[in-house]
Amino acid sequence: MANHKKMYDKREVVAGLVIFVLIITFPFWYNLGKAAPAPELELTPTAKAAKTCVLPKEEMKAGHMQLLDIWREKVVREGNRIYVNKSGKEFTMSLSNTCLDCHSNKDKFCDRCHDYASVSPYCWDCHVDNPKEEK
Amino acid sequence: MADDLPKAEALITQIDHKVPQTGWMDTPVTIRKGMYCYASNPKSVEYVGLPHARSWNPLEEDWKLPENWQEIIYQGFRERLDRFRSLKIFMDICVRCGACADKCHFFIGTGDPKNMPVLRAELLRSVYRNDFTLAGKLLGRVAGAREMTLDVLKEWWYYLFQCTECRRCSVFCPYGIDTAEITIIGRELLNLIGLNIDWIATPVANCYRTGNHLGIQPHAFKDMLDFFQEDIEDITGVDVEPSFNRKGADILFITPSGDVFADPGTYTCMGYMMLFHYLKERYGFDITWSTYASEGGNFGFFTSHETMKRLNAKMYAEAKRLGVKWILGGECGHMWRVINQYMDTMNGPADFMEEPVSPITGTVFENARSTKMVHIAEFLADLIKHDKLELDVSRNDNLKVTFHDSCNPARGMGLLDEPRYVLQNVCRHFYEMPANTIRENTFCCGGGAGLNAGEDMELRMCGGLPRANAVRHVHEKHGVNMLACVCAIDRAVFPALMEYWVPEVDVTGLTELVANALIMPGEKERDIDLRGESLSGTEEE
Amino acid sequence: MNSKYMFSLVMVILLFLIAYIGVEVAGLYRLFGIFIPYLAAFVFVVGFVYRVVYWAQSPVPFRIPTTCGQQRSLPWIRPASLDNPSENSGVVIRMFLEIVFFRSLFRNLRFNFNKGQKFSYEWEKWLWLGSILFHWSFFTVVIRHLRFFTEPVPLCLQWLEKADSFLRLEFVTDFVQIGLPGIFMSGLVLLAALIYLLLRRMWIPQVNYVSFAADFFPLFLIIGIAVSGILMRYFAKTDIVGIKEFTMGLVTFHPKAPEVSGIFYVHLFFVSVLLAYFPFSKLMHFGGVFLSPTRNLANNSRAERHVNPWNYPVKIHTYEAYEDEFREKMIEAGLPVEKELTTNGG
Repeated sequence: MANHKKMYDKREVVAGLVIFVLIITFPFWYNLGKAAPAPELELTPTAKAAKTCVLPKEEMKAGHMQLLDIWREKVVREGNRIYVNKSGKEFTMSLSNTCLDCHSNKDKFCDRCHDYASVSPYCWDCHVDNPKEEK
Repeated sequence: MADDLPKAEALITQIDHKVPQTGWMDTPVTIRKGMYCYASNPKSVEYVGLPHARSWNPLEEDWKLPENWQEIIYQGFRERLDRFRSLKIFMDICVRCGACADKCHFFIGTGDPKNMPVLRAELLRSVYRNDFTLAGKLLGRVAGAREMTLDVLKEWWYYLFQCTECRRCSVFCPYGIDTAEITIIGRELLNLIGLNIDWIATPVANCYRTGNHLGIQPHAFKDMLDFFQEDIEDITGVDVEPSFNRKGADILFITPSGDVFADPGTYTCMGYMMLFHYLKERYGFDITWSTYASEGGNFGFFTSHETMKRLNAKMYAEAKRLGVKWILGGECGHMWRVINQYMDTMNGPADFMEEPVSPITGTVFENARSTKMVHIAEFLADLIKHDKLELDVSRNDNLKVTFHDSCNPARGMGLLDEPRYVLQNVCRHFYEMPANTIRENTFCCGGGAGLNAGEDMELRMCGGLPRANAVRHVHEKHGVNMLACVCAIDRAVFPALMEYWVPEVDVTGLTELVANALIMPGEKERDIDLRGESLSGTEEE
Repeated sequence: MNSKYMFSLVMVILLFLIAYIGVEVAGLYRLFGIFIPYLAAFVFVVGFVYRVVYWAQSPVPFRIPTTCGQQRSLPWIRPASLDNPSENSGVVIRMFLEIVFFRSLFRNLRFNFNKGQKFSYEWEKWLWLGSILFHWSFFTVVIRHLRFFTEPVPLCLQWLEKADSFLRLEFVTDFVQIGLPGIFMSGLVLLAALIYLLLRRMWIPQVNYVSFAADFFPLFLIIGIAVSGILMRYFAKTDIVGIKEFTMGLVTFHPKAPEVSGIFYVHLFFVSVLLAYFPFSKLMHFGGVFLSPTRNLANNSRAERHVNPWNYPVKIHTYEAYEDEFREKMIEAGLPVEKELTTNGG
């Protein structure tokens, strides 16, 4: 420290400060020596072939969950099953049949980011994994 | 009572708790008559060798300060920051949540926002930030910093002597910030430039010289007790004969000198004498008074830590000289905070004495193992528990008693149940005041920490209002007519306070009530109490 | 308008503009994303430790606990072992209750003057409730954010997130969609508690009177943090994976500032300012409460001797000096003396 004065109750204070610093710096030592780049996503051939998703990639990245929520509302509450995107293209509003049709590799697409960001969506509570492949 | 003191009904209508239009830093202090105590007599300051003795008048513009007073305060502040972690922490961590604001009896009673504990402390903090913190130096007022000026100094003096160091705010502070600590250190700083009040400085000088605050010299001290001895003989027919400065006694007794000098404390003093005589006759109890250490109270505590130590030192010095086994302490408030939290640290170790043991019951007072000093309420409670006192409680039947927890024994010690146990065993009509005004929530008498002078009567009446209001409640509800307490300042302050706010209530010490009930060996039939008033049941009506 | 809180509000708005313009217009991603956060974290840790060490460099000369209950004295009188602990175990529990549950604040009583008639002191729980909700929710929010700073994310953090989002609030219209991602209660409680604390500071005359600009500033700043966080989670959606890649880069010392929206940088800048401001402000009550001598000491100073390291000898009026002054009078009154009068007049 700046001045060299004696510390009183040094044992307790230093112990407290060490605990404090350990807790505060937890993220630094917890991840020591690890590199944690964002996961690589794999696109299925179908997805690659489609070139664009329902919305532009950046919008999908940040807001896909909101789109899905709105879709659910439209379908379940309003009985409306058709979505028209900005460029006028029509889609059936269905997670299983539209989204997972292209992205049939949930574990290499959905899960990678969800796991990375510690998100556990309740979508999969009802919509089973890769329904197309299994059914 | 002071002539210009407004009537109670008028005073209460003056109180409002509105805040001024101007910010507190922009509201200069107005030192108002009735709200402050006279400046210290230079002779008293000189006698104990404290600096910058001079005569000065708070009402005058010029306080005749030493030229470098700002430097003295700055250095003094720095020194105390180095000495007291409490000061550093209490200066740094207040968040101004306001929980303390309406806990202060002076704020409740005056409505003056600078009597909110948080602002009282801010008076010092603002200067601390300016002088000792980076944020204060960089940001100034935004961070609540301001320079030490003459106006600020006057504010310090006025408001640090409107705090009775009762610690009620500290109970409620989420960080335990204790305004008493801030006031104690603030007053210590003021003393560095000779700013004290006479009601503190003169008792300190007296105590230093004669052993007690009232300046009673040894022969006169003995005279007073001789006089009580005669009174007791008239009332009970028993000669109690106290002993003084006696070497080889088992126990030394020290109580505040207020009890020797002023009613109603004198009755408590008579109570002690009767109790000791009773114990001597019955059990061979061996105790001595001292004229040298004839003061339990310690107005040095209201001056500086050093002065407190200098006055307190007499207790152990006298105990050592007389060769007693332990010390019994009488009923006093701040005396007990000093004994409980300071004495051993300042003037110990008291290894020339023994761990206190009651010679009558054999009880070991383990909680006083190191200081070797026992509170009379602890001692009495133990005696009563072991059925060692013959009591005729009917003698107190004319009294409806409530108990005031004195601030210091309550919040600086925790002496709460011992006096209650004693009271409930010596009188049959005991009523508690509302729960939020007793025990650790107790309200100050309004005159503690050296503020029980005559010239600040309005301040005292304001500060004592919350306590008086609670007494009035039990007076109206249960017909309470006696306010019992274990503090000599209480006994000096309450009579005026009660007369002003609740005129039908009298004030007593604990031991007076014990002595009223105590059946003395060989006593004659008692028809009057220690005050010379008819005992209940003996009245012809 | 009150200049004290206007000042702080304007300061926070300025900070917002600095970060927003700095990123959106000037493109200073590295400054706001890397340099300032590192600096702030450094200042926080070093400043905090420095402050605590500064405190610890002063001793606690006397044991001055505030005793809020019965002392330990006679064996048959029950001591209040938590409010007036005589042993260290009691002190630990007292401190725990103080720090974690704000026990002293819980006692809060509000005084009512009742026009000078019977005063009343009623239990005032709102300040306690507001404070505890604020501190607990803020703590939860901070812990939750560790998901951005750990890979893999520890299981207990995932549980915390589950618990925090147990309430499934869903609300969908053509314009507003709430429900996915799941609502975290802590963020909303934090904001609500902050607004309560802010309003009471503005509206309760006495509290307002004792407040400085420096008391409003952290409130506005943390409100800014909460609002920008809530915006990013529910409304102005940001690429969360990109952000995690960035935050992981920060804690593994390979930082790469992402070109995401300015609102993220505002959030980050506010947090940085809070961290850097912390050690120099009243926010240090976090560290100070552990060291408060009226709470962290046992009331046993009559039983155990406590040593004051700077205790120094003082001048006292000795018995000898006293007897010398009063000897004659003492002898006359029949009081015992150490030395008799000498024949030649003493």
